[in-house]
Formats: sequence, C-alpha cells, structure tokens
Amino acid sequence: MKIKRRDFLKGAAGCGVLAAVGQPAYAEAKKKERLPGALGFLYDSTLCIGCQACMVGCKKANEMPVESTDLLPIWENPRDLSAKTLNVIKKFESGTGTNKDQETDGFAFIKRQCMHCVDPGCVSACPVSAMRKNPDTGVVTYNKDACIGCRYCQIACPFNIPKFQWDAAFPQIVKCQLCSHLLPKGEIPGCCSSCPTGATVFGPTTELMAEAKRRQQMEPGKYYDFPVSSIDSGKNFSQQAARYVPEIYGENEVGGTQVLMLAGVPFSKLGLPELPEKSYASTAETIQHTIYKGMIAPIVVLAGLFYFVNRSQKDKD
Amino acid sequence: MSEAKPVGGKVFTGPFLFFLVITLIGIYFLAKRFMFGIGSVSNMNDGFAWGIWITYDVVVGTAFACGGYSMALLVYVFNNGEYHPLVRPALLASMFGYTLAGVSVFIDIGRYWHIYNVFLPWYTNFNSVLLEVALCIAAYIAVLWIEFSPTFLEAATGTKSKVNKLLIFFIALGILLPTMHQSSLGSVMILAGNKLSPLWWTPALPLIFLISAVTMGYTVVIFESTLSALGFKRPFETDMLAKLSLVIPILLVIFLVVRFGDLLIRGQLGLAFSGNLQGNMFLLENILHIVPLVILASATNRKNAKMLFLSACCLMLGGLLFRFNTYLIGFNPGEGWNYFPAIGEQFITYTIISAEILLYMIFVKKLPVLPSHGQAKV
Repeated sequence: MKIKRRDFLKGAAGCGVLAAVGQPAYAEAKKKERLPGALGFLYDSTLCIGCQACMVGCKKANEMPVESTDLLPIWENPRDLSAKTLNVIKKFESGTGTNKDQETDGFAFIKRQCMHCVDPGCVSACPVSAMRKNPDTGVVTYNKDACIGCRYCQIACPFNIPKFQWDAAFPQIVKCQLCSHLLPKGEIPGCCSSCPTGATVFGPTTELMAEAKRRQQMEPGKYYDFPVSSIDSGKNFSQQAARYVPEIYGENEVGGTQVLMLAGVPFSKLGLPELPEKSYASTAETIQHTIYKGMIAPIVVLAGLFYFVNRSQKDKD
Repeated sequence: MSEAKPVGGKVFTGPFLFFLVITLIGIYFLAKRFMFGIGSVSNMNDGFAWGIWITYDVVVGTAFACGGYSMALLVYVFNNGEYHPLVRPALLASMFGYTLAGVSVFIDIGRYWHIYNVFLPWYTNFNSVLLEVALCIAAYIAVLWIEFSPTFLEAATGTKSKVNKLLIFFIALGILLPTMHQSSLGSVMILAGNKLSPLWWTPALPLIFLISAVTMGYTVVIFESTLSALGFKRPFETDMLAKLSLVIPILLVIFLVVRFGDLLIRGQLGLAFSGNLQGNMFLLENILHIVPLVILASATNRKNAKMLFLSACCLMLGGLLFRFNTYLIGFNPGEGWNYFPAIGEQFITYTIISAEILLYMIFVKKLPVLPSHGQAKV
C-alpha cells in the first residue's frame, strides 16, 4: 500500500478519534434510588395457599380474557404469564412434595408479574417512551399509542415480564401496570384486594420493606398478625410465622424493585433469576451517554471527516 | 483511473428468475404476516422476542453492507485514491443492504404503522440504545442514496458529475453514521444482561461490534468483487484486492486481542470449553476468524484469487456467527423457551436477500457502477 507518511499520520489520528468514540466507558453510573412515593406490594410465599384468587382478581380488574392450556390439570391453567395473563401463581415441588415451604420433600408457591424495577430495563430500552416509570409512584406503565412493537422491552426485562400479542394483526405489549387505572380512584390492585390470606399486600415500598424486615425477625412457629389487602387496611390475619430464607427478593436485584418478595425456599428454586445489584440499564446508559454526551464527540468526528474527505478530493484535482 | 460503465446485457437471466421466484414465495408469507400477525409465520415467542429477521436481516445484513463504509474510510480518510474504482460497487451493495434492513425492521416491528414515532420529539427516549440505532440507520439509508446519486446523474446525462462540497459533507456523514450505529448494535445486547452468555455479554460489545463491522466491510468488497467477476464474466481485480486484503489480518488481530483480552479480564474464557452448544459455537466463531487471519498473513495467498475468496467466505461466516451468537445462540431467556425459525419466517429472510441480489443485478447492468477495464461479455 502506498500511503504518504503525512497522510498516514493524519488518517491514523482520525481513526484514533473514531476509536475513542466507539470506546466503551466503564465509569460508574449514578445509582437510581427508590422514589419516596414508590408503590408496590409485598408477596409472602409462606402465606400463599395457592388459591389463585389473585389471578381471578387480576383478570377482573384488567378485563383480561380467560386462558386455558390443553393437557394440563385445571389448577395449572394457565401455566405462565402470557398476553392474556398478567399475573400467575406457580408452584415449586420437590421429592414427596408434602411439606409447605421446604426445599426437600416440599412445595412452595410463587407469584409472577411485573416487579416495577427502580431502574427498569424496559423503560431504558424503549425507543419511543411507551414504557414509562411514573415520576411519583414509580409504577411502570405501557402506552400503546407510542409503542412501535419492536419488542426490545422483552429482550431487556431480566424477569421476562412484557408479553406480545403474537397472533394479532395489530398487536400490543401486555404487562402488569399495578392496576394504575384503579389507584386514582383510591382502589388497590386486583391481586392485592382479592388475596384472602395477606400473602399479597399493597402499600408504599418503604413500608413494605419495613414489614418484610419485621417478618424476617419473627420466631418461626410463633403467632403474629399479618396485614391483609394493603399494609394500612387495619385488617389483620393471625398466623404462625414460617422459617424465611434470609433474603428479601427485590431489595437489591438489578438496582432494586418496588415489588418485594419473601419465601421459605431459595428464590432460585422458585424460578426467579439471580441478578447483580447493578442494573443493566445503568451499564448500557453509561456507555451510551459517555459516547454521545452533548453530541460533542460525533460533531467533532464529523468535522474531522469533512476535512479528510475534502482534502482527498483536492489531492485528486 | 478507469471510469465506471454499465455492464449491459439481458436482465432476465437464469439466476435472475431463480431469485425472482424466491421473492414471490416470500411475498405470500409477507401477506400472511400482515393479515394474521407475526405468530402466523414466525416461531418467535415471548422468550425469544427477536428472531432471524432482526439477527440476520438487520444485524448481519447491515454488517455485510459495511463495504461502502469501510471503503470510504480507506479512500477518503486514509487517502488511498487508488481504490476508488471499488467504492461505487461497494456503495451500491451498502445502499441495498441498508435499505432492505430498513424494510425488514418494518416487517418485524409489530406496530409498524407507528414507526414514525421514533422521529417525534415527545416520544423519543434518548436513553434508548435502539433509538440511536433507528435514527442512525434511517439517516444512513438517506445518505447512501445521496452518495449514490451521482451515478443516476451520470446515467441520465452521460457526463461525469463533479463532487461538490455538499456531497463531501454527505460522504463524511456516511463514515460517521455507521461508526455510531454499528457499535450501538453491540450496545443493544448489553440490556439483555443475565440472559446473554458471558461469552458475549460484555461492556466492550460496542467496540467489538465496530471492529467486526469494519472488517466485514473489506471482506464483503473482496467477496462481491470476486462474484461480480465470475457472474458477469469480467476480469478479476486481484491486484487491487491483494493490496486491499492486507488490511484484514491487521483488523483481525485487533479484533481477537480485544475479544480474548476482554474474556480473560472478566475470567469467562473457561466457558468456551464447556462442551455445550454455546461453547462450541464460540469456538467455531473464532476459528472462522483465525483461519482467514492465517491465510491472509501470507503475501502469496493474498495474490491468489481463490485464497482471497476462501478467506472472505470464512470471515463472512465468522462475522455472521458472531452476530447470531450475540443475538440468538448465546441468548437464553430461561427454561422452557425454544426458538428455531419457521419456514415462512425463513422465506421472508430469503426474500430480502433475493431482492437485494435482484436489485444489484439490475443496477450494475443499467448504471455505471463497475469499473470499465476489460470488456463485459453479453
């Protein structure tokens, strides 16, 4: 290759700038904190009796169609979240499956729906802000008028929550929005109002966190009062405390979630992913914002490129 | 410097009809997709929300369409005017590659009638890597058509148009935009987090994708130039390609150093030898990068048209596999989710590829694209 030294140096300098633009930055992102008005619910697997009233409550509150899966016993219908089901109770079983909330020869229930992340992957992913985090309540909502159906939210959700209407000509993304249509009316989410045992209680996340910590201090086997429906409902249910695993799921996972969970068996057994404390959204956004801060780097590079292209044309003339 | 001239000859040849039939079959499945939804033709599901339409048509497709970008970088930034005859055919392939990637996005997104929302300031989300990709690709498609426009003018007026300042601006933009979105196509998968195998999940994804894209650009120029020579019975441009191909081993060394350096720093290299599908695919991906490196490191091989073509094929497969691994094979949304593209879904992809080949054939025959040295046989 015949390259003049002067040109080579200039070219190399230009490429250095280009490489710097492409260079990822490993700088630490500012961690997003829980909003003071964050709302969510606490799900306590040890209080859940698997009655699935919350699934019925959810369907009613959101006017969702019934769904059945062939070849499965009635209880297991539907098996998982789908474009028709925003909330599902699943069961873990091992060995003889006789003892509740035991890892060996036991069983336990788990509720799955949107976790309403503190730093949600879907909100970061969505190119058109169809996924939004309410600035007051922190509830993650979906706006079909903005959505282009790219499904990046599905790729970006560590919990696989957003679902897509694959069989519709004009499809939408479907997910739990914490019944945000009921909250302004002073009502609480369908799953919480329909839960008879207090396994799912609605409330501000700070109060739910305090309640979760209180439960972890309880002496297993002793009777305690557990709030029903919502943390401040005044309705209580007296129940023997179970042996909890020493973890509040959602306290730190991907930067924390507004839905919190307690259980008697490890969460990995219940199908919940093991996640780092740092959200993937903050990693992606840090890289992106470092490269494109104020669009300064791209503009500088463009000016450099203009100079090079112009020079190469002059050389030709 | 040799002028570009239309190749001429009949448009309706055997290969042309073959690709036309595939395109027509694909159009049937496209009609089905728009009438009954994506699920009616595709095996994509809530676990694997992206299938081959994104992975092949967009991510691989635009990487294979980096010829125009890489050649512009060489000719204009490194000021190697001698390669100028290769720019126009590369630009043409890029133009189709990117335009059809844009069409694929339209087919893939569920709510395509809202596609203009990415341009509406009250909807745009500047935290979204995908927004940056969408805007950059949209802009680059426009830039490619503008960059190619002198060819239309020459065909219409019969005179060579002068490059003016405005076109120089678009050429510069045509180098900036792919640098931005080809790296961002790597950043996109950072959000996949725990679902993407650590063999591919790394904060260095944007850098690795960018190096790979530039490499793909030169590789595709060699690939297309060889195929054009065979297909249109033109002389091989081996001399020029031999010189050009020296760039590839240099880029491959950089690619492999960053790739393995990153894996070593993160301590994840062991996964490559776990014997599972992901580990094996990782090994295959890297073999497909190392073999062309070894071949092209030798000056004798670089002057050999067959060896050049073999390396180009290897490397294109390697680049393709790297992207399939990052977007599909290394992606595991959890137990119970499976994905293999359905027949209809595959045919829509074949249609995109066929349409690109058809358009390329028509354009080089009717417009001054390929360099005119050597007579084209009819």
